[in-house]
Amino acid sequence: MKNKKNSVLVLGAGIAGIQASLDLAEMGVEVHLIEGTPTIGGRMPQLDKTFPTNDCSMCILSPKMSECARHSLITIHIMSNLEEVSGTPGDFVCRVIERAKYVDPVKCVSCGLCEAKCPVKIDDEFDMGLRKTKAISRYFLQSIPSEYTINPNYCLFLTKGVCKLCEKVCPTGAINYQDKDREIDINVGAVILATGIDPFDPIGFGQFGYHRYSNVVTSLEFERMLSASGPFGGHVVRASDEKPPKKIAFIQCVGSRDESIDKNYCSSACCMFAIKQSIIAKEHSKELDASIFYMDIRAFGKDFDKYYDKAENHYGVNFIRSKVADIVELPGGSLELRYTFENGDIQLEVFDLVVLSIGLQPRKGSRKLSEDLDIRLNKYGFCHSDTFHPLETTRPGIFVCGAMNGPKDIPESVVSASGAVAGAVKLLKLERHDVSKGEEEVIEKDVIGERPRVGVFVCHCGINIAGVVDVKNVAEMAKGLKNVEHSEDVMYACSTDCLEMIKERIEEHDLNRVVVAACTPRTHEPLFRDTISGAGLNPYLFEMANIRDQCSWAHMNEPEKATAKSRDLVEMAVGKARNLTPLKRLPISIDPEALVIGGGLAGMTSALAIADAGHDVYLVEKESVLGGNMRDIFFNLDGSDPQQFLAETIERIENHPGIRVLMDSNIGEIAGFVGNFRTMLTNGSGEQEELTHGVVVVATGGSEHKTSEYLYGRSSRVITQKEFERMLHEEKFPPGKLREVVFVQCVGSREEGRMYCSRVCCSKSVKNARQLQSKKAKANIYFAYRDIRTYGFSEQYYSDLRNSGALFFRYTPGNKPEVEMVHPDDPDSRIRVTLFDPVLEKDVVVDADLLVLAPAIDPPEENLKLAKMLKIPLNSDGLFLEAHVKLRPVDFATDGIFVCGLAHSPKDMSESIAQAKAAGSRALTFLKKNSILAEGTIAQVRKDRCSGCGYCEDVCAYAAIEIDMEEGIAVINDALCKGCGACVASCRCGALDLRGFTNEQLFSVFDSLEIEAVEGIL
Amino acid sequence: MSEWQPRILAILCNWCSYAGADLAGVSRMQYPPSIRVVRIPCSGRVDPLFIMKSLQSGFDGVLVSGCHPGDCHYISGNYVARRKFAVLKPLLEFIGLEPNRVQFSWISAGEGDRFAKVVTKITEDIRELGPATRLVKKT
Repeated sequence: MKNKKNSVLVLGAGIAGIQASLDLAEMGVEVHLIEGTPTIGGRMPQLDKTFPTNDCSMCILSPKMSECARHSLITIHIMSNLEEVSGTPGDFVCRVIERAKYVDPVKCVSCGLCEAKCPVKIDDEFDMGLRKTKAISRYFLQSIPSEYTINPNYCLFLTKGVCKLCEKVCPTGAINYQDKDREIDINVGAVILATGIDPFDPIGFGQFGYHRYSNVVTSLEFERMLSASGPFGGHVVRASDEKPPKKIAFIQCVGSRDESIDKNYCSSACCMFAIKQSIIAKEHSKELDASIFYMDIRAFGKDFDKYYDKAENHYGVNFIRSKVADIVELPGGSLELRYTFENGDIQLEVFDLVVLSIGLQPRKGSRKLSEDLDIRLNKYGFCHSDTFHPLETTRPGIFVCGAMNGPKDIPESVVSASGAVAGAVKLLKLERHDVSKGEEEVIEKDVIGERPRVGVFVCHCGINIAGVVDVKNVAEMAKGLKNVEHSEDVMYACSTDCLEMIKERIEEHDLNRVVVAACTPRTHEPLFRDTISGAGLNPYLFEMANIRDQCSWAHMNEPEKATAKSRDLVEMAVGKARNLTPLKRLPISIDPEALVIGGGLAGMTSALAIADAGHDVYLVEKESVLGGNMRDIFFNLDGSDPQQFLAETIERIENHPGIRVLMDSNIGEIAGFVGNFRTMLTNGSGEQEELTHGVVVVATGGSEHKTSEYLYGRSSRVITQKEFERMLHEEKFPPGKLREVVFVQCVGSREEGRMYCSRVCCSKSVKNARQLQSKKAKANIYFAYRDIRTYGFSEQYYSDLRNSGALFFRYTPGNKPEVEMVHPDDPDSRIRVTLFDPVLEKDVVVDADLLVLAPAIDPPEENLKLAKMLKIPLNSDGLFLEAHVKLRPVDFATDGIFVCGLAHSPKDMSESIAQAKAAGSRALTFLKKNSILAEGTIAQVRKDRCSGCGYCEDVCAYAAIEIDMEEGIAVINDALCKGCGACVASCRCGALDLRGFTNEQLFSVFDSLEIEAVEGIL
Repeated sequence: MSEWQPRILAILCNWCSYAGADLAGVSRMQYPPSIRVVRIPCSGRVDPLFIMKSLQSGFDGVLVSGCHPGDCHYISGNYVARRKFAVLKPLLEFIGLEPNRVQFSWISAGEGDRFAKVVTKITEDIRELGPATRLVKKT
């Protein structure tokens, strides 16, 4: 039996599983991360870019992947399945099968010789079969772990008993054909499931000719085609003639919103996915013509509508609202699309390439997994969870995150992962810990004042470097460099033996600086730093020369020049090493309390998440009641009761010993930084109180936009959705019959001044329309909308409403519904609404008994004040701007401050709960530590040189520098500085410098090469 | 006799361009062995003096590369860098330096191919210009 109960098993190592593991590990929890494929990373590595920022997917993911691999509390089990979970919450036993890899991961050095020699070519799963891989391979170039594995279904030796070529070429004897599957039992306190989704397979859609026509591809295949690291190196070409396409069509909702195939849900991400791909494709080739065929564009996320607008108006992507009936392949490979408009007109158009925007569906094995683990699935086969417990499965102690319980995009997956962690840690008994927990302390040698004594180790990396670069020559050259005490060439610098040897050499030659010339510091620097630290050297006394990734691999046919370059790179590294100084990572103590601003659903949920984990919380609410916007929500699409849940939540808050509720309170000032905040509060009676706390959660909510459109405020028959919901609840309808009810969507949203979608209004209106039908069966419902955005599982309620006979009229911003009072002098008069019907192409006039508006969600005005106080940014819409829209959705760039709920962007109750739990759990990653270590490579001020001009203060993106007005000099807050160096390069007095990248160190690099000088003029 | 090989200093930001250079290698994209890379946290760290100093030390050219606008790991460091280069460029021309000797680019961590292309181009440009002599100290 392995491990203690204070650990958690995470199933699935996509972005959700990675995030959950990292959050847990940061709280001091041991994590077992179980992954079926040979690498962590999941779907994200397959993506080229991410919307709506066009960030490179791999760039943003790979730091999280390596962090996961390096973390001492995370054990990664690749090629493994979870078979069974027995026991009770807090004390589970998980049976895991680790499948045979046939390559010893300890011996494998990922040189790739085996793959080069392997004679068996198979379709590359990672590249959607667009490229071939071998029976022994690495899943993709940046796989973590990077070791190779053998696919036993194809390996010639394992299937037919012949070949063994990989064994012959492997330089380290890592191949082990006798490897066996292993069964292990792991004892954990909780389980988090994050198995993700499968892309829909459109093979059954005969009318689109997928597989029959070579130029019809899925969106995931197209993503690989766009990717610079993909099968075509980022050159988009057609499979049929390898020519770049000039016209591309995207067909939306393939495998989504389709009752006929039991997928009456919206996959939520595909509209944005197609918009992104059309933009990227247009960036590849300006002349390219891209058209998106769609039913509704569902750009409902934060900043999505701006991205949609950019695609249409800046990039010139054609958006065609129509259904594609079928596709016919023409001679030469081009494709003729037949499509119909709303008014029934049929059009034919020829495209070079067609991309099917395929939906998301449950993983293939999810049915079996649900039976093995005894959890329920919903009717579409996704994991079941309910509105108020969006991260819980039906089995206590087993949590769910990512797209496993419903379609999600990347930030929503990350949010749900952190949120699920909050649930899991409730079942553990966590103590606050010191950062260096579990590691042996080695006393650091004092090297200040000593002459530099540099040791150089030049790595062969098998033949990866030595096959091109004359490694011995480089090591020999280094012996002659100033301050070099020792230099040698080594086979694999990163092997355990060699790391031990480096430690011995430090001892033997009394080295006080170490240079390793090998692969890239991005992956290996932490390992070598740890090593020299183990030998008593400060970890910052280390420098790396990258002679593999940036030399031997890039100049494979020029061995002499590559050797010359390696010599230079080593010389430069020694030049820097000579001037390296030991750096201290200063500890910052963390106050264990939290401040939560806002007593709505998000604030309360976040406070509970933190308090349940054993930390005291101050919950500040400006009003005299808790509940916020939720006090006006009475129904839910799935039939659950929001008011009952709200009452239970408030009761829990009020009775929780760890939560102090501060009602009627306003925040006057917040000062300090992560771990050490001080907040001045003023309560209703004017009394002031100072609170000290380690973190801040911002949950200030939002409010319904006050509109003056559509006669609102002038007629008693024009009301908002919020008012309508209360009316339905209290059943206090206007006098007379309630026959004709008109709904108008997007009141204030998606137009000038508020260029965002308020996200929840479509589902809310559909919900209230269904409620109305249940109470007033005779009411006729007219729905004026721009795009119906009932994403995810709300789609089924929309189609129910449509099927029930409600009439839908699409309008455009230039052609809004017109309203007038039938009797202008009577405020109770019925409202005459003129709607344009694009199907009939004529106006329809309705005398409405009730006109229900769906106004936008506005951020509260006090956000501005709070943003200034906390030095956190707002976006152009007045919503708080998180640290990274994809991977840090609840963090701010400033450590120790988190955001959730409507303060971040409009969202529904379920999403607010998930995000609030995520904010709580992110806060706990700090609160569970006694102190954190500030980064060593931070800026420093030389007081004697500083003139206090304040230019550095302006440049700093983290508000880490302030001018001390009394002394007239810049002061750096070590806890906030991230070490970018922008202030240093901007200082006009030379008063600033960046530790670890000082001017002196860098100048010695520039000056280190003996370059034959040519006579010049200076 | 092989062609003259210029030595070009490449100052790359850790998060995007350095990673892009690594990806070029991992993907075995080939480019001229002319550059000598210095890794810095962010292009915002680049002091114009670095460029002058390396030309003085005998490098034939300088390439500075950071994250694409909007992608900066440090939120806005590449914008800080961009402002500096906008001022530095005309200054370099004013002192008589050929414009192509110092080049700036944005390369993301996913753009291995772009990295290889940028290096190939700057190498060709500088090969055309010949060795740098303008700022080199007399020895």
